[in-house]
Amino acid sequence: MSDQGQERERGQDQDRDRERRRELEQGGEREQKEGQGRRYDQARYVSNGHYEPLLSEKDSTHVDVDDDSPLPDDLTRDSLELPELSEPELARHYTRLSQMIYGIDSGPYPLGSCTMKYNPKFTEDVAALDVAAVHPDRSSGSIQGTLELLHRLQDYLARIGGMDAVTLQPPAGAAGEFVGIRVASAYHEHNGDDERDEVIVPESAHGTNFATAALGGYDVVTLPSDDGGRVDLEALEAALSERTAALMLTNPNTLGLFERNITEIAEMVHDVGGLLYYDGANLNALLGRARPGDMGFDVMHYNVHKTFATPHGGGGPGAGPVGVVDELAPFLPEPRVRERGGEGGEGETEYELFAPEHSIGHVHGFQGNWLVLVKTFAYIARLGDDGLLDASAKAVLNANYLADQIDYEVPYGPFHHEFVASAGDQDAADVARRMLDFGVHPPTTKWPEIVPQALMTEPTEVESKETLDTLAEAFQQASASSDDELESAPNRTAVGRIDQTSAARNPRLSWQALQDTNSGEDSA
Amino acid sequence: MNGTRTTGSPYAPHTDDDTAAMLEAVDADSVDDLFDIPPAVWFDDEFGIDARTEREARQLVRQTLERNDDLVELLGRGHYGYYVPSLVDHLADRSEFLTSYTQYQPEVSQGFLQALFEYQSLLVELTGLEVANCSMYDAATALGEAATLADRVRDTSGHRVLVPDLLLEGRRSTLENYVAGTDLEVETYPTDDSTVDVEALTDTIDEEVVLCYVENPTVRGTIEERLAEIGDLAHEHDALYVLGSDPVALSLLQRPADVGADVVVGDASVLGLPTSYGMGLGLFATRESYLRQVPGRLVGVSEDATDRRAFTLTLQTREQHIRRERATSNICTNQAWVALRTAMHAASLGPSGLIDLAKRDVTRAQDLAARVDDLVGVTAPVDDRHHIREFVVQVDQPAQAVADDLEEHGFAVHVVGEHELQVCVAGASDEQIDAFVEAFTEVVR
Repeated sequence: MSDQGQERERGQDQDRDRERRRELEQGGEREQKEGQGRRYDQARYVSNGHYEPLLSEKDSTHVDVDDDSPLPDDLTRDSLELPELSEPELARHYTRLSQMIYGIDSGPYPLGSCTMKYNPKFTEDVAALDVAAVHPDRSSGSIQGTLELLHRLQDYLARIGGMDAVTLQPPAGAAGEFVGIRVASAYHEHNGDDERDEVIVPESAHGTNFATAALGGYDVVTLPSDDGGRVDLEALEAALSERTAALMLTNPNTLGLFERNITEIAEMVHDVGGLLYYDGANLNALLGRARPGDMGFDVMHYNVHKTFATPHGGGGPGAGPVGVVDELAPFLPEPRVRERGGEGGEGETEYELFAPEHSIGHVHGFQGNWLVLVKTFAYIARLGDDGLLDASAKAVLNANYLADQIDYEVPYGPFHHEFVASAGDQDAADVARRMLDFGVHPPTTKWPEIVPQALMTEPTEVESKETLDTLAEAFQQASASSDDELESAPNRTAVGRIDQTSAARNPRLSWQALQDTNSGEDSA
Repeated sequence: MNGTRTTGSPYAPHTDDDTAAMLEAVDADSVDDLFDIPPAVWFDDEFGIDARTEREARQLVRQTLERNDDLVELLGRGHYGYYVPSLVDHLADRSEFLTSYTQYQPEVSQGFLQALFEYQSLLVELTGLEVANCSMYDAATALGEAATLADRVRDTSGHRVLVPDLLLEGRRSTLENYVAGTDLEVETYPTDDSTVDVEALTDTIDEEVVLCYVENPTVRGTIEERLAEIGDLAHEHDALYVLGSDPVALSLLQRPADVGADVVVGDASVLGLPTSYGMGLGLFATRESYLRQVPGRLVGVSEDATDRRAFTLTLQTREQHIRRERATSNICTNQAWVALRTAMHAASLGPSGLIDLAKRDVTRAQDLAARVDDLVGVTAPVDDRHHIREFVVQVDQPAQAVADDLEEHGFAVHVVGEHELQVCVAGASDEQIDAFVEAFTEVVR
């Protein structure tokens, strides 16, 4: 592009900026009149036509490798081209990026089924202790502290879930599901029960359940809900057979409803020789009040990054420990931690790693997401019985209160930790974007599909009545919005509404791909 | 706020008055009334977990972990403890990065999406392949996902997955679990001097092979010398050629795209994370032709309503939350924050820093091997190959006894055979290596 061309483009950029600022200011005034809700306006940094340039647009340095290489040429690459920036430049880049993100520390985050609760700061400190940095191949004798912490956490989780044995290895909830399914497989196989090739999953279940069952090699049988949004017992009866390996269930389910017939469901599954799997995504609703083990579940995973507040980090890392009843313990992944047998009774208890008798082997190259487990342990130790019991109390109180305060129709009930409202004639995704204009993060949208235009809302226990009232107001303002307002939202975020279709139709997934596109345009 | 804060969870902000008002609004006498749990499964016992103050909880963790011995770790074998600059901790710990969720609402997630896009771009440059996802759990699960990808993209009835006999047990076992639901079977091919025995591989490979996996460097720190030849061999049999590596090694060693790799997997957490007892970051990059079969999340570029560039998760129809049992993978929560840290660490090193780090890993391994080789009863490196980061040492004495003695002196090394130890220089300072040589000299004397 010529210099004049660049100049012209820059001029157009500035015009666009001015125009957009005007729109925003007008919109802002309008919104200010509309409601009193607190606002979370995102930082917008516009330079060179972009909000914040890519590192590669700030600098791109080409370095040849062959100079002074200690290896022969034919074993090395020719060159490497990446940005080479100073520390202050990087500090500003990433600080700017962080200012274009909404986190739970920014405001309420009522994402249904994701349990976005506040994460105490001290858990970050305990996970940053130098002693937390140990290599996974250290001898057991030299990492007794690490093993003791893991053993204590296994014990805490077993008590909370009503399970007999726990593995901490799975690095996420879906990985925990996979362990559950592999353990179920190994158990059936061990019993010579090879004909079981089906896993039953309710239609309202998390997508991971279906994907996990398929990854485990099973045919997925989808179970419809009854009129009240719960497991339809007749449909379950029809789905169960000697081909059933397991039923995967979350309780309360994704509509926030407790499966009241759970003991009957467990009996039905066990009667045909199947196993009952508990998806722990919604365990926050039950802490201290009911335990999957007592309900007849044979195997469960814990989403410790949901229930026990380890921050989601923009999509992980999490951890998905798995608990099982005694019968399934021999099949758990290796290594697990146990007290070392035959200690002399003097001094501190010693711990060791071991492989369960019929272990399915590893599900992670080493020991899973250790730093997440340290935070989980610290959090549970902080709350104790009283805190855990109160967490479920306030989570359930908040969900019921908010469901009561919003204008949208909320079918089914009574609710536990979350509820699913219907946006009715409005598009739920538009409603979500419109809510961003009122300074709050929207709920999960368009899922579960049982509720049309679903707005799946989970406030968690960390929101005050005042914040819930703000959320309710945002729902009300969204529901009262005109079509134009819904379709043009959001207006107060770092970027405007994003065109998802063009991203998928013309995938550009790296800065190299962007360069290719640009140079293509130049030559055209 | 009115009234006293209710006791219980220190993070639930309710006052007694608020709770009372909320209960009244929902027409309930007590919170327990809101729980729709049948009496038969109501839990009315206790866990027996004491609540602690923040100070006590911190102390508990600290005291427990203080039981760990303070050792200099000369440990590697697929997991490395490079120094992570403070910049990474401070920036990644900004609470918007830490406390946000998966970027399903892109308009309020631009910063994270851009950082992940930059991480993908880093991997594209390092591997030379066109597409990288924005994380898997670790190297082992990434290899498992590569195998299920092979199962989807290969039309033939083939069922063999070939891996080196040196493959780490944790990786092999994880791979076996990932393919348990398919017809694939994992088989090993032999190595010679800790690198691929290409002649033996030629005899093993046939039309039934869907995937051929090679690591560079190998778990014993050796560098493969015939990668392009192996790639040709794999492609002649229509097998997917999968290379295992990591961002430090990739900064110096042959570019996977140049030797014909179809997929690159490995652990990217060599940058950005301390050893963290094995916590990882699965690297996954592949050719554009497999784009719609890629597991995990992808960040792409789009435009916003004012035609400015904006980032968003894309091609989500591959993912479990949309495609359910027909998804390319069950992965949902991944290692996004670790990917952010890796991108930050790489950016702080820059291309020169990355290349220098890798070169240093070659020369320091060479130097250390030469120094211990001078000792009586010690041979190093055992493999007559080029090495990076680590190498195997043969000792006349029983290796376990030598390792135990070294631990007494404050050093951790691997025992890999009856008379074989493995030593890694990544992450250790020059002073620590000097002290190790001194201790080793004393132990084998």
